[in-house]
Amino acid sequence: MMARNLFIPITLGLVITFLIGPFLIIVAASFSAGETLAFPPQGFSLRWIAKVFTVESFRDSFYMSMFLAIGGTLVALILGIPASYALSRYKLPGAETIRTIVSAPIIVPGIIVGLSLLRYIVVPFQVGITLALFLAHTALILPYAVRVVSASLGNLRSDIEEAAVLLGSSRLGAFFRVVLPNIRGGIMSAFILGFVTSFNQVPVSLFLSGPGVRTLPVDMIAYMEIVFDPSVAALSALLAFMSIGIVFIAERFLGFSRYV
Amino acid sequence: MSDANFLTLENLTLAYGDTVAVKDLNLTIGKGELVAFLGPSGCGKTTTMRAIAGLLSPASGHVKLDGADITRVSANKRNVGLMFQSYALFPHLSVYENVAFGLRLKKTPAAELDKRVKAGITSVGLTDYADRKPGELSGGQQQRVALARSMVMEPKVLLLDEPLSNLDARLRLDMRSELQRVQKETGVTMIFVTHDQGEALSLADRIVVMKRGAIEQIGSPEDIYNRPTSAFVADFVGFENIFELSDGRLKTPKGPVELSGPVPIAAGLAWRPRMVTLGSGPFQGTVRGASFAGNSREYLLDTPLGPIKAEVDAALPSHELGAELAFDLPVGAAAQLRTFG
Repeated sequence: MMARNLFIPITLGLVITFLIGPFLIIVAASFSAGETLAFPPQGFSLRWIAKVFTVESFRDSFYMSMFLAIGGTLVALILGIPASYALSRYKLPGAETIRTIVSAPIIVPGIIVGLSLLRYIVVPFQVGITLALFLAHTALILPYAVRVVSASLGNLRSDIEEAAVLLGSSRLGAFFRVVLPNIRGGIMSAFILGFVTSFNQVPVSLFLSGPGVRTLPVDMIAYMEIVFDPSVAALSALLAFMSIGIVFIAERFLGFSRYV
Repeated sequence: MSDANFLTLENLTLAYGDTVAVKDLNLTIGKGELVAFLGPSGCGKTTTMRAIAGLLSPASGHVKLDGADITRVSANKRNVGLMFQSYALFPHLSVYENVAFGLRLKKTPAAELDKRVKAGITSVGLTDYADRKPGELSGGQQQRVALARSMVMEPKVLLLDEPLSNLDARLRLDMRSELQRVQKETGVTMIFVTHDQGEALSLADRIVVMKRGAIEQIGSPEDIYNRPTSAFVADFVGFENIFELSDGRLKTPKGPVELSGPVPIAAGLAWRPRMVTLGSGPFQGTVRGASFAGNSREYLLDTPLGPIKAEVDAALPSHELGAELAFDLPVGAAAQLRTFG
């Protein structure tokens, strides 16, 4: 009886410890005054947080990551919204196959996606590093865009488009006037999910990064191999707060979790 | 063109892929008429309605409206209104904007638009709800928004898909009088689709009964109710004792049966349970079922003609299960069916 009562709180405690614990350690370590990444932190200072903003490669790779996350998500949505619409409104031959192919990047391990892109696309076709990263990120975000937008299209009756047409709208006009406004929440959610997915992406970016062009996570790994100071912890903490902030705002204003 | 053939369907054949839903249909509807397409699901009534709206292009045949062939005119240029069964209101727009939607597309001047939209909303009694979103309205209110949204466009024809079937009994009565009022005030030609004979009988000027993609019978509600011309229509409007005739005799599972009196030339005869004379007559039956229905009693008889349903006044003495009763199927009262099957 006693063991049963303790089972749930202990499980919960372990889950929280292992999920939140490392994060708390990183946050604490980033306020360290010491020279090396260590826990418990030695003293208290903001010098490593300040240092993050002075490392030039961090700044460049941050811009690269932002570019990939925002640009890749936008392109994935431009491709994904019409794709979702076609998949949910028309009985297409092979619709299931298309769905599976589009979802493949979620299922296939990133390391395999990265290696195959490098081996079979980037090297043989001499694709530039930035373009390669951009294409890879777009492909990785696409499944999320299609899934989330499809879910929100599924909640929308299709006869409102016919109603719009009978009131004088063209088919395309009906899509913009009555479909898009009603799936706005889903599109925003897909954007956020895509952004976060891209920004936190490591394995694929690792394979495709090259001289001078890196995403932020890849750059952090490279930095740690040479310098072992707490600035990486400080940067990690900053990024984690950024992600939490975005998801929090999304949940607050869009009811994010309805679509994911 | 005259008002009598305001809307004409000529040799209309409609198909979904290889599946023919409506075959070679011909129909003429007059201006200001209130017509019901009545039939079971799958009879092609909704498909025909969608073809009139332009949401479905015919495989062959023509749709003519107000003197023009509109077969190839796209749905957004026909000025045909459709009130969907699910209402199909735009969830992101207020009641006002839903009603204004079509007028805005037509670039109606602001002052006129506002006047017409407000008049439309007022006419369906939703003045206080103009700023609400559809999700905040009851089903009945949503339907009235849908009606106003269609009517504000002053359509040549208003199509209604099962307009009463989603409503409870009280709202049904409201909506029925609402539709009759709109029709009287605007003189718009209305076509509604229904599988409910009560709905068709109470609302329509003329009923088109459809079966498997073809018209089975066209007539006034009285015609359809009292003088069905086929076994299908007879069954649909409640004639429960239906027999095929051959050589002036009823075909029954146990062989041909002679009727008393002269038999008309017809493919079949049909009797409502009320038309069966119970207690006297040339036939004998055993009571297999009896039920009390307020004003009347209904009996199911086992007879040499097969099962017979009879309905008699509840004031008359009741019969026990198993009782042997004489009954008659009076030829004079029967509906004469021109086609059987």
